[in-house]
Amino acid sequence: MSFNPVIQPQEAADLLPAGLAPALPARQSRRDVRADPLWLRWVLTGIALSFLTVFIVVPLVNVFSQAFVKGFTAYVGAIRHPDALAAIRLTIIAAFVAVLLNVVFGTITAWAITKYKFRGKSILISLVDLPFSVSPVISGLVCVLLFGAHGCFGPWLQENDVKIVFAVPGIILATVFVTFPFVARELIPLMREQGTQDEEAAISLGASGLRTFFRVTLPNIKWALLYGVLLTNARAMGEFGAVSVVSGHIRGETNTMPLHIEILYNEYQFMAAFAVASLLALLALVTLVAKAVLEKRIARAAR
Amino acid sequence: MAGGIAVLRRQPSVIPGFGITLGVSLTWLSLIILIPLAALFLKTTELSFERFIMIVTSARTLHALELSFGLALAAAATNLVFGLIVVWVLVRYDFPGRRVFDAVIDIPFALPTAVAGIALTNLYAENGWIGGLLAPLGIKVSFTQLGIFVALVFIGLPFVVRTVQPVLQDFEGDLEEVAATLGASRWMTIRRVIFPTLVPALLTGFALAFARAVGEYGSVIFIAGNLPNVSEIAPLLIIIRLEEFRYADATAIAAVMLVASFILLLIVNLLQRWSERRAGKR
Amino acid sequence: MKRILYGLVLSAVFGACAHAADVALLNVSYDPTRELHAALSKAFSSQYKTPDGKSVEIKSSHGGSGKQARSVIDGLAADIVTLALAYDVDAIADRGLLSQDWQKRLPENSAPYTSTIVFLVRKGNPKGIKDWADLAKPGVKVITPNPKTSGGARWNYLAAWGYALKQPGGTPDKAKAFVKSIYANVPVLDTGARGSTVTFVERNVGDVLITWENEAFLSIKEFGRDKFDIVVPSVSILAEPSVAVVDKVVDKKGTRAAATAYLNFIYSKQGQEISAENFYRPRDPEVARKYEAQFPKVSLFTIDEVFGGWRKTQETHFADGGVFDSIYQN
Repeated sequence: MSFNPVIQPQEAADLLPAGLAPALPARQSRRDVRADPLWLRWVLTGIALSFLTVFIVVPLVNVFSQAFVKGFTAYVGAIRHPDALAAIRLTIIAAFVAVLLNVVFGTITAWAITKYKFRGKSILISLVDLPFSVSPVISGLVCVLLFGAHGCFGPWLQENDVKIVFAVPGIILATVFVTFPFVARELIPLMREQGTQDEEAAISLGASGLRTFFRVTLPNIKWALLYGVLLTNARAMGEFGAVSVVSGHIRGETNTMPLHIEILYNEYQFMAAFAVASLLALLALVTLVAKAVLEKRIARAAR
Repeated sequence: MAGGIAVLRRQPSVIPGFGITLGVSLTWLSLIILIPLAALFLKTTELSFERFIMIVTSARTLHALELSFGLALAAAATNLVFGLIVVWVLVRYDFPGRRVFDAVIDIPFALPTAVAGIALTNLYAENGWIGGLLAPLGIKVSFTQLGIFVALVFIGLPFVVRTVQPVLQDFEGDLEEVAATLGASRWMTIRRVIFPTLVPALLTGFALAFARAVGEYGSVIFIAGNLPNVSEIAPLLIIIRLEEFRYADATAIAAVMLVASFILLLIVNLLQRWSERRAGKR
Repeated sequence: MKRILYGLVLSAVFGACAHAADVALLNVSYDPTRELHAALSKAFSSQYKTPDGKSVEIKSSHGGSGKQARSVIDGLAADIVTLALAYDVDAIADRGLLSQDWQKRLPENSAPYTSTIVFLVRKGNPKGIKDWADLAKPGVKVITPNPKTSGGARWNYLAAWGYALKQPGGTPDKAKAFVKSIYANVPVLDTGARGSTVTFVERNVGDVLITWENEAFLSIKEFGRDKFDIVVPSVSILAEPSVAVVDKVVDKKGTRAAATAYLNFIYSKQGQEISAENFYRPRDPEVARKYEAQFPKVSLFTIDEVFGGWRKTQETHFADGGVFDSIYQN
């Protein structure tokens, strides 16, 4: 049985039950049929916007409002405090290393997964996704279990006087642990969609594997890669749970910005805590804007 | 490693570098994921089975696990309902500022958890903007289980919305029109035509939000009361055990949480495959 | 964006190098001393220069005293430890990180200031807390930290125990029952004294906080007299927080002179004044006289006279399987 789905607008309106006839004139496009009744649109929109405003917008505004509650000079003073600056420095370093490592290894992993056919691929993909479902506290715990004084490598580390836990390397490691999937996850769907034709063409023309990667693949994935960098960076700078476990909480040395925020908050220095927090909030906003820009580019690249 | 690669049979590929890229990937994955997790489970096996059960079923541990999983479930369910409404409104309707609200949804995703934590605590405290409005009604949010719930709703929202959004956007309007022309009421159309398409994505988003909320630490730690057996979440208990140098306890609790997370991840993957199959059918 | 990132990293690295000229010491301290050591280290750094002219920067880490001691043993590279009680320093000495005769190296058994244990209550004292006995009453919620990780928590416990012993007909069994009934009223054990203060003051949990005298005064200073009252019990314990240089670390880093100088600074007139300003009871008789009015008069007993010293006490009460474990299931 077949029927002709192409129905003239006028006929469509006639077929609708009277109660749900759209408020718009019948001569409008067939989109009318899909339109919800006006009252429903208002109610749903109201609910959605109120929900978003209350749960998301207001807290964000609150961060900035509390940061400036004592005025601009106090705000700058809080940011320029040596402990705060040290925290900012450490955060940037940890994020930089995490981004670097995850770009390199994430790209390699994405390449291995998408450009070849082999059994066991889905296991690999699940492995990549794993850190997403692991609590950051557990990632930190695992760091301590491996590199702490009573950990697997503890005795060896102590003998050779290598400090990981309670020192900067531990923080960097913990950050790398939790940010691992971001780059790979962004690249895999895109590279899958793009397929292997371009690379195969290049190889058959005599290019080496590395050259193919840099000249053919990289330009195709550059926006997704940048997007992955962005997400990794945002996550790395904001990581709290994992870093909290391995840090020595030594102010001015092993405190990242989120840890510093916690310390300030627990010392009743609320304005200072929000001041540092506002920097991270600003970073989040920048990340979002960049994300919107990049998403358009990625959509274009996928076609 | 060479033996491992030989086992993974593949069709010969034109592109070189299979061996080395796979090798590097496996090494990196092992270092970052497999070895650490293996260390965790190894440490757990150091405990005798009775001790493990004793730790995991102690009143305080059980309560923390119940709280983390229970509130995560409630928050994910809330996000399911409201997330669906938000997605519907964003995709189907047009109104001034729609783009802005679309961008707003990603904020919980991009905002560091500690920042969210202090912002929410401050907001819902008795003298906060929202807390102050609720206090006369006798509703306390900060430092109660309700506060934890609010924080978990905050961080889980983008998961539902962003998972369902592409599906709804790609939804072909023809089907709706067909249903309408066949005489279906609007409600019936939604229920029988649109909704089933969304179900896999909804469930995936729900599972993702749930998984995230269970392990959440930073945004919850400030707003929770952290009272044992009342408002203490499982990740906090792990940290407390660590600070008390009770490594075995911390590891045992972590192992339980990890197993639960793996199961969740499995479910998410299965759901995603199911939804891909359904989309493939069309 | 990448260029900005590179630039920031470079400046970060250069910034780090610029500080390498200073000598940096790590002071691992117990929980409530943040403000004290912030003030002390600021004054010290502005005056002291090493023999070869470098300035000294003191970084500090704070947490429950027992927990901090464990961290130092586990590898946290402290040049100085300023902990809540002698046993925690002994634990570090037992591991060979500092010499066993550390206590004799500085005056007053290496305790440059003392303190005691008092109660902080809500304004107006609605539950009518007057003495230790009131803490054991049903319906009173008591906030005190975890003796397994916190130094102040152990002083709290021992002060309560000592009070019970000093009651007519007081025996160790009665003391144990008394302390047990106090802990039955405790809803949460934070890991450090400051953590308990946050719970009581910020989260509004509990009717009474058992805490360091200096912490109680600080809370009132921070939050105003109109929020809390201090209740001084009839008898309390003399708490002597101990300080020491960690030999193994300073010898390796070559910072012994600077580290010793900082500890000596705490004993100096200026250091004692700063301590008194932060509500720690100074040892120096002159400074003590000057700040006499600030500190309430309390009848104090020492750990030595009632409990036979810290080693014995730790072994009996706070070690795994000790009295505390039998009282409180955590």
